[in-house]
Amino acid sequence: MALRKFRVWRGDGQGGEFKEYDIEVDPGMVVLDVIHRIQAKQANDLAVRWNCKAGKCGSCSMEINGKPRLSCMTRMNAYGPDETITVQPLKTFPVIKDLVTDVSFNYRQNKRIRPFKPGPKGADGNHRMFQEDVDRTQEFRKCIECFLCQDVCHVLRDRDGKDQDRFVGPRFMIRAASLEMHPLDTDDRIPEIRKEYGSGLCNITRCCTEVCPEHIGITDNGIIPLKERVVDRYFDPITMLGRTIFGIKKRKKTLAEGGE
Amino acid sequence: MLDVSELQTVEHDVVVIGAGGAGLRAAIESSARGMNTAVISKSLLGKAHTVMAEGGMAAALGNVDARDSWKVHFRDTMRGGKFLNVWRMAELHAKHAPARVRELEDWGAVFDRTKEGLISQRNFGGHRHPRLAHVGDRTGLELIRTLQDHGIHQGITFHMECTALRLLKDGDRIAGVLAYFRETGRFLLLRCKAVILATGGAGKAWRVTSNSWEYTGDGYALAYEAGAELMDIEFTQFHPTGMVWPLSVRGILVTEGVRGDGGILLNKDGKRFMFEYIPEKFAAETANTVEEASRWLDGDKNARRPPELLTRDVVARSIRAEVKAGRGSPHGGAFLDIASRRPADFIKRRLPGMYHQFKELAEVDITKEPMEVGPTLHYFMGGVRVDADTQQTRVNGLFACGECAAGMHGANRLGGNSLSDLIVFGRLAGLGASNYVTALSSQVRADDEQIRAAVRSATDILNRQSGENPYALHEDLQEIMEDCVGIVRVEDELKDGVNRIQALKERVKNVKANGSSQYNPGWHEAISMGSLMVSAEAVARAALMRQESRGAHTRLDYEGERDEWLQYNIVIKKGADGQMQVDKEQRKEPPAYLKEIANAKIEDLEAGKVGQNAPAD
Ligand SMILES: Cc1cc2nc3c(=O)[nH]c(=O)nc-3n(C[C@H](O)[C@H](O)[C@H](O)COP(=O)(O)OP(=O)(O)OC[C@H]3O[C@@H](n4cnc5c(N)ncnc54)[C@H](O)[C@@H]3O)c2cc1C
Ligand code: SF4
Ligand code: SF4
Ligand code: FES
Repeated sequence: MALRKFRVWRGDGQGGEFKEYDIEVDPGMVVLDVIHRIQAKQANDLAVRWNCKAGKCGSCSMEINGKPRLSCMTRMNAYGPDETITVQPLKTFPVIKDLVTDVSFNYRQNKRIRPFKPGPKGADGNHRMFQEDVDRTQEFRKCIECFLCQDVCHVLRDRDGKDQDRFVGPRFMIRAASLEMHPLDTDDRIPEIRKEYGSGLCNITRCCTEVCPEHIGITDNGIIPLKERVVDRYFDPITMLGRTIFGIKKRKKTLAEGGE
Repeated sequence: MLDVSELQTVEHDVVVIGAGGAGLRAAIESSARGMNTAVISKSLLGKAHTVMAEGGMAAALGNVDARDSWKVHFRDTMRGGKFLNVWRMAELHAKHAPARVRELEDWGAVFDRTKEGLISQRNFGGHRHPRLAHVGDRTGLELIRTLQDHGIHQGITFHMECTALRLLKDGDRIAGVLAYFRETGRFLLLRCKAVILATGGAGKAWRVTSNSWEYTGDGYALAYEAGAELMDIEFTQFHPTGMVWPLSVRGILVTEGVRGDGGILLNKDGKRFMFEYIPEKFAAETANTVEEASRWLDGDKNARRPPELLTRDVVARSIRAEVKAGRGSPHGGAFLDIASRRPADFIKRRLPGMYHQFKELAEVDITKEPMEVGPTLHYFMGGVRVDADTQQTRVNGLFACGECAAGMHGANRLGGNSLSDLIVFGRLAGLGASNYVTALSSQVRADDEQIRAAVRSATDILNRQSGENPYALHEDLQEIMEDCVGIVRVEDELKDGVNRIQALKERVKNVKANGSSQYNPGWHEAISMGSLMVSAEAVARAALMRQESRGAHTRLDYEGERDEWLQYNIVIKKGADGQMQVDKEQRKEPPAYLKEIANAKIEDLEAGKVGQNAPAD
């Protein structure tokens, strides 16, 4: 047991300030454990979101000593024994109270993405997909919607209102990518990705990839390939013509279709 | 006096309480049947318990072993549930699960694949064949995200961070829900014709649990107060493998997939102790030598399953017995070793979540060292009593599905049977509720007094001058449950538990939350204490009544399964005097074909010698 100093942002949409708490910390604790202890012993109404306490639900995102992190996966021994720990809400989203922010922006973006549209099943009632063909989509589907990538993306962070709904943000770029690269999806998503989701606004700073707790290759595996598909479509008149006439969707053939 | 017309009010045909797998699937069905449907949930969308499920969902697709069929799945489920399952529910579940899993694929789910490009299936405790469709060890995430991303385009209204406080009635029929928004602390009046409860379990009554803050048994209390019955609530599953160290993560789940993929349990002397604990009933189907268990792992279809994959109750009790005998690991558990059994890259690919969980929370590299594990409260087999086909409770217009409903799993649930339960019975509940609403001949309307009373009981907690700290009350309850209603039970302790719960109930009446109503976790905690108390009392009382050991319910003073007790379910309701009424109720006789299948020798069943007359649906 050791006594540690915590600075916790307390307040609401109108404003707030850091409050200091001295609190006993046991070995093995994560930051969220300490916040819970503060809540139980010193500040019953301290607002914080959490569910799984194991890095699986993406609820407990906050900024810890200036870095956006999952508080349930941030061990206290990652910090020096005398270091003060400062926790505050995510900066990109409006504060509701204390460490809880209004993340409804993200749910709105998700709704803009058109649903999955699968091709027909095989004669035996099964879809066929091979592991190699779904690896990429599965990587994107690991996303736990912690919105840390959304928090650090400067396009969303620096908005003065105007970019807010012009760029869906990294989380939803990879959601679009997970559909675009889904071997069964038949929808043509490229026009939306460019016009609606704002793929052009991302300038590949990779800040999103750096903070992703699921280690998803957001930029390199998701956004860049989508940008390439957009460029391919819109600046290559030949393929473009082919696509409008024949409705071809450009993607690698899957193994089931006889691809390599 | 509060003017009810000033409350924010919405009208729907069907309101689903809960946005886990069961609630979302129910809402999708109800909406597809033309019902104006709303979903409310305590957390944000996509964060419900379902997201944490790891290992997989059970369905007899037969993709990995063609010998599998609904009949074998049904038989496994009944045997796992120690034959106390509602026969019809186990039947419906086994029959419908494959179609429900395939349907998820149509909605965008991407399961791990077999070499032939089909949905891959893994082994799990109590399942005869590889049966669990999975995505690494994050199957629950795949399920909830698929339903969420599909559901948001189905015209369903979602109210997030919105907690149901009370069910409203018009005579004997459901007429609405009173809820409140966490964000603002404001009340929401949902007027509706049917309610589907999909609120999950009540694991938070215990200290060591794999469950999150949401699991406070709200659905049990809502149903109980509205006049519905609870059944089989004494059967609380302790999962054998929770983390035990560090203390702050004690209880967090270690998926059974570790054992399914070859992990073994060792005591402090390095002995593989599960061979000592094989129950007679399972002896014929369990390997009795290390050599045979290894052959099974290598894919030999003639070898029998390793004893680590016995049902959860057996494994949990065995670990406990080793610890009691002084052979436990340093922090009071057992060692779970996969490092010496499988190559590092296999472990990282099959169990990436576990790899990270141990690396980051315990600083243990599971590809190099064994994990330390011990039992953790995990799941409620019992819950709200429903009709098997429609999921309706005995209250008109009130339905329940998922973990909060009873019947499907009997005395013990097999791993992977919950996720499939959610989609099978979620759908049936959606269907049941829409049929009910369609057939409803007259309007329903809840009177103002009910609504006012519900608002008052929530706001009293804030308005009280002084009172008990809700967090301290919760800790006291957890203490009682750990002391008196644990993994093994005896009469004296259970009685003591009931008494202590009674005393605590008096203190809960005087709970006080500080601060304002806006996003106030203290207030929320105080409100959920009411549900926790109903749930805890129900478990303790039912556990006291059932004088036998069956499945997850172990009585040291009544060892072994007793035939006479197989005849009964324990059913709980609120008595006319306002007290909890606990009764033994005679079970219904199953149709002959189900009995025959459940009791068949596995060879006969797989050879098609038994159960040919079973109806297809
Ligand atoms: C760590 C872990 C791993 C697991 N792994 C597996 C597995 O591999 N396979 C398997 O089959 N099962 C597994 N299970 C069990 C399974 O995940 C759960 O039983 C199942 O997800 C429960 O789903 P549900 O839809 O019934 O409830 P949940 O998903 O828990 O959802 C409950 C919903 O109800 C809402 N709610 C509750 N009370 C209220 C209220 N008062 N007002 C409004 N909303 C309310 C909550 O907010 C939530 O949205 C696991 C469980 C855990 C904890
Ligand atoms: S790479 Fe693109 S999406 Fe990611 S943070 Fe930078 S600008 Fe935003
Ligand atoms: S992509 Fe990564 S950082 Fe972004 S929301 Fe998903 S898990 Fe979080
Ligand atoms: S609480 Fe679920 S990710 Fe932290």
